[in-house]
Amino acid sequence: MLDRLDRRGFLKVGSALSGGLVLKLTVPIAFRPPWAAEAGPSFNPNAFIRIDRQGVVTLVIPMVEMGQGTYTALPMLLAEELEVGLDRVRLEHAPPDDVQYANPMLHFQATGMSSSIRAFWTPLRQAGAVGRTLLISAAANRWGVGPRTCRAQQGVVLHSPSGRGLPYGELVDAAAKLPIPTTDTVMLKDPKDFTLIGTSAKRLDAPDKVNGRAQFGIDVRVTNMKIAAIAISPVFGGKPKSVNETAALAVKGVRQVVRIDNAVAVIADHMWAAQKGLIAAVIQWDDGPHATVNSSDIIHQLDEASKQPGVVARNEGDAKKALAGAAQRIDAIYQMPFLAHAAMEPMNCTVHVRKDGCDLWVGTQVPTRTQSLISEITGLPKEAVKIHNQLLGGGFGRRLEADGSVLAVKIAQQVDGPVKVIWSREEDIQHDMYRPYYYDRLSAGLDASGKPIAWTHRVSGSSIYARYLPQIFTNGLDRDAVEGAAEPPYDLPNIHVDYVRVEPPGVPTAFWRGVGPTHNIFVVESFIDELAAAAKQDPVAYRKALLGHNPRALRVLEVATEKAGWGRPLPAGQGRGVSVQFAFDTYLSQVVELEVAFDGAIRVHRIVCAVDCGVAINPDTIAAQVEGGALFGLTAALYGNITLKNGRVEQSNFHDYPSIRINQAPRIETYLVKGAASPGGFGEAPTAAVAPAVTNAIFAVTGKRIRTLPIDISLLKSAV
Amino acid sequence: MKGRRKPECSTGVTKANSGPRGAHMAFTIKVNETAHSVDVDADTPLLWVLRDVLGMYGTKFGCGIALCGACAVHVDGVPMRSCVTPIGSIGDKAITTIEAVGKTPQGKALQQAWLDLEVVQCGYCQSGQIMSAAALLTNKPKPSDADIDEAMSGNICRCGTYQRIRAAIHRAAGTKED
Repeated sequence: MLDRLDRRGFLKVGSALSGGLVLKLTVPIAFRPPWAAEAGPSFNPNAFIRIDRQGVVTLVIPMVEMGQGTYTALPMLLAEELEVGLDRVRLEHAPPDDVQYANPMLHFQATGMSSSIRAFWTPLRQAGAVGRTLLISAAANRWGVGPRTCRAQQGVVLHSPSGRGLPYGELVDAAAKLPIPTTDTVMLKDPKDFTLIGTSAKRLDAPDKVNGRAQFGIDVRVTNMKIAAIAISPVFGGKPKSVNETAALAVKGVRQVVRIDNAVAVIADHMWAAQKGLIAAVIQWDDGPHATVNSSDIIHQLDEASKQPGVVARNEGDAKKALAGAAQRIDAIYQMPFLAHAAMEPMNCTVHVRKDGCDLWVGTQVPTRTQSLISEITGLPKEAVKIHNQLLGGGFGRRLEADGSVLAVKIAQQVDGPVKVIWSREEDIQHDMYRPYYYDRLSAGLDASGKPIAWTHRVSGSSIYARYLPQIFTNGLDRDAVEGAAEPPYDLPNIHVDYVRVEPPGVPTAFWRGVGPTHNIFVVESFIDELAAAAKQDPVAYRKALLGHNPRALRVLEVATEKAGWGRPLPAGQGRGVSVQFAFDTYLSQVVELEVAFDGAIRVHRIVCAVDCGVAINPDTIAAQVEGGALFGLTAALYGNITLKNGRVEQSNFHDYPSIRINQAPRIETYLVKGAASPGGFGEAPTAAVAPAVTNAIFAVTGKRIRTLPIDISLLKSAV
Repeated sequence: MKGRRKPECSTGVTKANSGPRGAHMAFTIKVNETAHSVDVDADTPLLWVLRDVLGMYGTKFGCGIALCGACAVHVDGVPMRSCVTPIGSIGDKAITTIEAVGKTPQGKALQQAWLDLEVVQCGYCQSGQIMSAAALLTNKPKPSDADIDEAMSGNICRCGTYQRIRAAIHRAAGTKED
């Protein structure tokens, strides 16, 4: 799915209705998912890039900002080539439209899989370069000079020989009438001439996020809007059986009680009244078929299913034969839990359903998928379903799903006027769509020198793609479930990787920050560490010997371990662990330094991360993603665990689904290895790298190998 | 909320709202030096009064049970979790929210430090982070790292901006990390 984009986008040029220059950019995509099958409207006034008569550049951004910095990095790509300051660029959320705004890597309009920069690296720079070329031509025409004698700088075309200059705003109307330049006249800048890309430009979204002005989905206010609190069936697939509507309506401020297939909503003047109304309603549930599901059943099911061969994801050499002839054999089972996302902004969606249309105000990673689903349930044509996208108070993959919008619309269909549906934190945790539970079996054979001559890895777990994007779930193989497992960075001559799809009953599964890699890199990087230990070799030296063919991976490993002082003695009870990975087109290595106390408690002191993501668009954003991504992964490794009892999720809020806090946060250092390759994705890579570095460090301190997450510290008691 | 219908009219329940909480009560609260009259039950958390009644959305809902700090405000200068602070408990105390904290020297310095060090990612928790930090600096103008841990450990950031939060507090205070 994540084929690197090397096709060139198509550009159209025209005038804006109100004057100015419009650049329409259409990037060809390989196929469209079902909800994007129909062509979009033939006329859409929202072009990708507009330059007005004041020289203000508006970039209609199809990607959403959820903290990853895309609202700064994407404008940087455009501004670099267009030769304008970032302060001249205004941003607009794009409307849902797969024709104009599809993410060419994901095939529809979506923000996810660390793809934004990778997908738009070339098209946005080309659009900027075309704009610059047109504006220069317009100025050259006006002056009667050759365009090659002119140049653009900071939103002005300059003719140095005569010392003349014209700001873009005065050139846009003329530029809009020029023919589209041929590609040989549109030159992308030589990276050595970049003045913006590679600098730590200030985040464009930051100022409004420190004074309370930034509007997230949950902050939308629509005239005459009511607030809805919801209770969803505690068991997935259950239904409300009885609701004391009279008692709910007796609560001051409550206006209405709404029942839908799987939930009850209380509509009120404000959230507190709605929540009190829900309590007063004393809802009884018909639990449905999943009322007896427990975590242990799901794990047992995975254990059994993983004994049978799966669909082959990779097969090279003859792993079976090599294993049989190995001097030493190592077998292991790794397990990773269900995880919730717990974005700080709880799920919410504001909806106004009318006979002829429907408006949604929501922060979503998938506007067209949302629009399509809402069109289906309301019977309204897609163009009558308006999605007003908002800033996201965290995404982490949760907002790649439209379940919250669907629920809100079903409620709003019964409400006269707009309604904001807000999930409590308890609903948010207990009705998340979870990162799947994965159950992995691995075997390796070492030769007499300790070198791995056989490697087998069977991944078992839910397929998200089979539900989400069935076109790419081909022949039973979920590429995401094996990403990071099928292509380990090491030299492994005989490798066999397969996948067994096992769907847990009554547990919806979905993407999480770095799903495939986050799971598989923990497994692969732990197991390679096991092999190093079995070979009685230093974990770094062992990895280096297997990375001879992979210079970029080797380099990040060298930098991380050198900066971390690998091999330098640490006080008793402390140790280091390492990981190296290639995921999302980015190479990354982490060294974790931690302490294990006598009672088994873990204190991570320091994380050192070396990164080669090719061209680094905004180095400070990359450092921020390392810091945040590592903590997101660390939270999961230490605490993240969604369990089921009698079909119900047992966790409910931050006391039993905890997050790292400031007093537990380690110092994190980021080192960029400069590269000239096209940029890799970055929002998810650091999350994947941290868990194995932590458990490998625990092994270094205690000799105990952690193969199940989250880390059970009771296993580490008295191990130091 | 002018022109709002009374609940009994809208619901058709005539004998509604009996008992101590149900009494029709109006509260006058002082938010950012402006007085507001609100007609809600005494147990209504300040958070929902600010957001849903007064339309001040800078103060965020995160957990509802004082575990995450997204809803932090100052009540007479003391950091409080507005999600568990009933409107009836406030009286005439002065409430300060993220919308006005920039008018205090501590708040202003913190907001600038937050921008200088690019603290924010998604930004959702940052209102609460800055409110907690402003209360810290009011009480301890030169905080140690231990002071920061104590004052800030009630605020969760899922984006993981803690390292920069710590550095930004030190920057605003003119102190250094231990």
